[in-house]
Amino acid sequence: MINGLIMNETSEPNYLTETRGLSSWIFTLDHKRIGIMYLCIILFFFLVGGVFGLLVRLELLKPNNWLMSNQTYNEMFTLHGVIMIFLFVIPVIPSALGNFFIPLLIGARDVAFPRLNLFSVWLFGAGVLVVIASFSHPIDTGWTFYTPYSARTAAAVTILVGGIFLMGMSTILTALNFIVTIHRLRAPGMTWHRLPLFIWSMYATSIINVIATPVVGMTFMLLMAERLFGIGFFDPAKGGDPLLFQHFFWFYSHPAVYVMILPAMGIISEIIPVFSRKPIFGYRAIAYSSMAIAFSGFLVWGHHMFVAGMSNAADIFFSFFTFSVAVPTGIKVFNWIATMYKGSIHLDTPMIYALTFIFSFVIGGLTGPFLGALATDVPLHDTYFVVAHFHYTMMGGTVMGLFAGLHYWYPKMTGRMLNEKVAKLAWALIFVGFFVTFFNMFILGFRGMPRRWATYPPRFQTQHIISTVGSWILAAGIVIMFYNFIRCLKKGEKAPPNPWGAKTLEWQVPSPPPTGNFTEIPVITDWPYSYPKRDE
Amino acid sequence: MSSAPTAFGAASHVASEVDNVFIFILVITAFFFVATQGTLIYFVIRYRHRKGRPDVATSSVITNRILEGIWIGVPSIAVAAIFFYGYTVWEDIRTVPKGAEEINVTARQWLYQFQYPDGRKSINEVRVPVGQAVEFNLTSADVLHGFYLPAFRIKQDAVPGRYTYVWLRASDPGSYDIFCTQYCGVGHSQMRAKLIVMPPARYRQWYRQETAKAEKVLPLADKGKAVVQRLGCLACHSTDGTVKVGPTWKNLYESRVLLENGKTVIADDNYIRTKILNPAATTVKGFPKVMPTFKGIIKDDEITAVIAYIKTLK
Amino acid sequence: MSEREKGGHENPVFVLETSKLGIWTFLATELLLFGALFTVYTVFRIKYPELFYAQHLKLNRVMGFANTVVLICSSLSVAVGIAGIRRGNVKALKIALVVTLILGAAFLVIKGFEYREHFERGEFPGTNIFFSLYYVMTAIHALHVVAGMSALAYCLIRTMRGDFSADYAVPVEVSGIYWHFVDLVWIYLFPMLYLMG
Repeated sequence: MINGLIMNETSEPNYLTETRGLSSWIFTLDHKRIGIMYLCIILFFFLVGGVFGLLVRLELLKPNNWLMSNQTYNEMFTLHGVIMIFLFVIPVIPSALGNFFIPLLIGARDVAFPRLNLFSVWLFGAGVLVVIASFSHPIDTGWTFYTPYSARTAAAVTILVGGIFLMGMSTILTALNFIVTIHRLRAPGMTWHRLPLFIWSMYATSIINVIATPVVGMTFMLLMAERLFGIGFFDPAKGGDPLLFQHFFWFYSHPAVYVMILPAMGIISEIIPVFSRKPIFGYRAIAYSSMAIAFSGFLVWGHHMFVAGMSNAADIFFSFFTFSVAVPTGIKVFNWIATMYKGSIHLDTPMIYALTFIFSFVIGGLTGPFLGALATDVPLHDTYFVVAHFHYTMMGGTVMGLFAGLHYWYPKMTGRMLNEKVAKLAWALIFVGFFVTFFNMFILGFRGMPRRWATYPPRFQTQHIISTVGSWILAAGIVIMFYNFIRCLKKGEKAPPNPWGAKTLEWQVPSPPPTGNFTEIPVITDWPYSYPKRDE
Repeated sequence: MSSAPTAFGAASHVASEVDNVFIFILVITAFFFVATQGTLIYFVIRYRHRKGRPDVATSSVITNRILEGIWIGVPSIAVAAIFFYGYTVWEDIRTVPKGAEEINVTARQWLYQFQYPDGRKSINEVRVPVGQAVEFNLTSADVLHGFYLPAFRIKQDAVPGRYTYVWLRASDPGSYDIFCTQYCGVGHSQMRAKLIVMPPARYRQWYRQETAKAEKVLPLADKGKAVVQRLGCLACHSTDGTVKVGPTWKNLYESRVLLENGKTVIADDNYIRTKILNPAATTVKGFPKVMPTFKGIIKDDEITAVIAYIKTLK
Repeated sequence: MSEREKGGHENPVFVLETSKLGIWTFLATELLLFGALFTVYTVFRIKYPELFYAQHLKLNRVMGFANTVVLICSSLSVAVGIAGIRRGNVKALKIALVVTLILGAAFLVIKGFEYREHFERGEFPGTNIFFSLYYVMTAIHALHVVAGMSALAYCLIRTMRGDFSADYAVPVEVSGIYWHFVDLVWIYLFPMLYLMG
């Protein structure tokens, strides 16, 4: 693994070099190694999910099954969704970067329960194996598993949701660990209002995970029971109610989109001040808006069901509350932009990704009102408009935030600098590819193209070709980015402890950090954004 | 007629209203997009670090109450306006006008079956006259399906075991797409139907011809009457207003029913369906709790027919 | 505890408070897990009141009540054990844990008899919505009983090894809180399934 690649003969042993061998990783209690293990597994599945996405786009190049059958297409888009959501977007920032950086950022030696943390990564690995086992009968339900279809299909739904259940347990235990760590292990003097904003966002995320994940866990258990024992809570033929499944599913899966986006917002809140050399604007507003989003995220799940057959009163209720999420989200964006005012802005790759995040996430956010408003949601629901909106928030938001974080923290994690030129080339391709692929889908959706269609009327073909070509540009950028990640493990310049001039604690220790993080637990006397001011 | 090119422009008054909401939101969001991203790009260019300059910011402002008040207040008002406008137009989408003609739709893997009031059935093609409000009563025979008419900007899921509805009033003749938007398995993307809108005179002519051709088929309400007689419903329910063991069916449909638990419900399709299949769920005030369930005795399309029959008892 | 040594905070009070925060957070998750089931129960009970009345008569109230008593006693014995170890009485803890484990096992055995009775009468999870709920709720609760018993068994082994004293008994405290929660769930399940028709 990585410790074999990095030679650090001259300096003190760090967390990568202190012990060696596979078992020193599998049984490690070090939060940093656990974070790296998550990162490797999750990024691998990001690539796998991406390949399925490319296949989906390739099939849609032509309107009539030129590459694969309907059934194969259905499996491809389902695997793309399931892998990207459950194996990548939900866990990537919390489990990988959160594990690595929460203790470092709050001045702790590790998380509160290191053995529980190791157990969580094992559970995650077990879940991944079970998910892979389900590929024997690839699942064809869409990542939403709507009943009654999911209760009847011959695909290995039971195995797959079992695997996701294990990963959900891993997520819950990780979240629990973070909550206790943030409450109990902050360094002396690290008050709540001196916490880096990444910690605030991880705290909000963890609360959502603890509260929402068990509900979907139970829902999946009931779905499994429906398939195994013939119970019928969701089956109208047995007196059940298919809408009940949707309510439960979205009670989790809507807050889950905040699980996906809040950590990325935390990363952006760290990067913008560092590369503007300026204190963050509106610290408390950003911190509290994370909590507000986490809270109001629980009141809006029904906006996924405006045309599902809910009562009219429920539709109105959920539409109203949906708009309440918009305001705290807007506050964050305004604060980030205000932070840059009169700053000294450095356009290094992490900052470029952070700016890309703001740019594309705002498009994702501003297309939300079209779907939250009742009248316009009715035609746009379940069309490519939703696909575009979703990818603008998730790919344009979370994934850009992740890329920002990876480029920002790569020197700390590996002790090497990335090649800036290659990184910027990759960014340019990703940015162009992303916009070509997905912007177009807003219009495609407005024109009435339903999602999850393997074939389509020829009048949509031109736009599908544009999206497919865009997906190739996007893929090229991602390949180059990963090439840069892997190549620089060995070839990259040695990283100084604080290459970006940041004020947070992780940059005050060597790169990579030693196993125990700090030789002495620091005493905190100031917030982490105290950049000096030059008078003019 | 059916060879006419598929239209996408707003094909009903409601569709134009929906487009107006779309444009309204587009204008508001475009404003916010330009305002935020313009500022962002301006700041990046204006304040970027240049070589040789001291690498220190010239401001350390971290809060500004007036500014923050504005950017909480203005978006709040904007989203409130969007919600309200979206809600009012949606009321029109959901409110079926009086005198709407009813067509029953049963979605199944992977086709739509339409049933006209005269009992005739057709697959994947349905005809309606221009200017006439038409209500589609949707249900599904197997899994979830969608019922999406892009040109009319309306959509509704078809759910097994319950009824949902959409309505439209077409403003121009033509042929329009009906798409399945709720993933339903292998044939999902091939589950498409056509709505053919005809001028009223030609429609009436066509309708008479078709009815005549299909004389052997009982009109839906008549089929319902036959089912009612076969199952002995009339032992307890009257059709002329007299109170027997159970409430009368006369003027029952769409009336307000006072329940034993004090609540009031509207006797709509779903209510009647539930009463037939699961009578214990609700009891009408003043009547004994004795109705047996007809679950397993009555078929789905028979329930639809009985409801059609009850609708005629005015 | 070795988990704590790395954190640099070896103060036992600190460890206990941290672990308690952990278990309470975990119970929040568990509460939502059962909350989802209780929601299913509420939805269908409102929809099918007659069915629920008719079917709940088929449950064996005597065994259900016996199980309630068994679990309440087991909660009591855990509490006695923890009170004992706080005063440094390792022997009391040992006896209390053994008693609790026996009571937990008794609960499962009685539950097993109930299940067999239903199977013999042809009442299976797929029979109707009520029995679906009955089996799902009691089976998931039984899984939690097993999990709680495993935690207590682990505590018993460590008690035998002499790991616990008046100063340090964090695993026992934490397992005890969890066991009380498992009992509490049953206290809700019993009237919901057996008594409310």
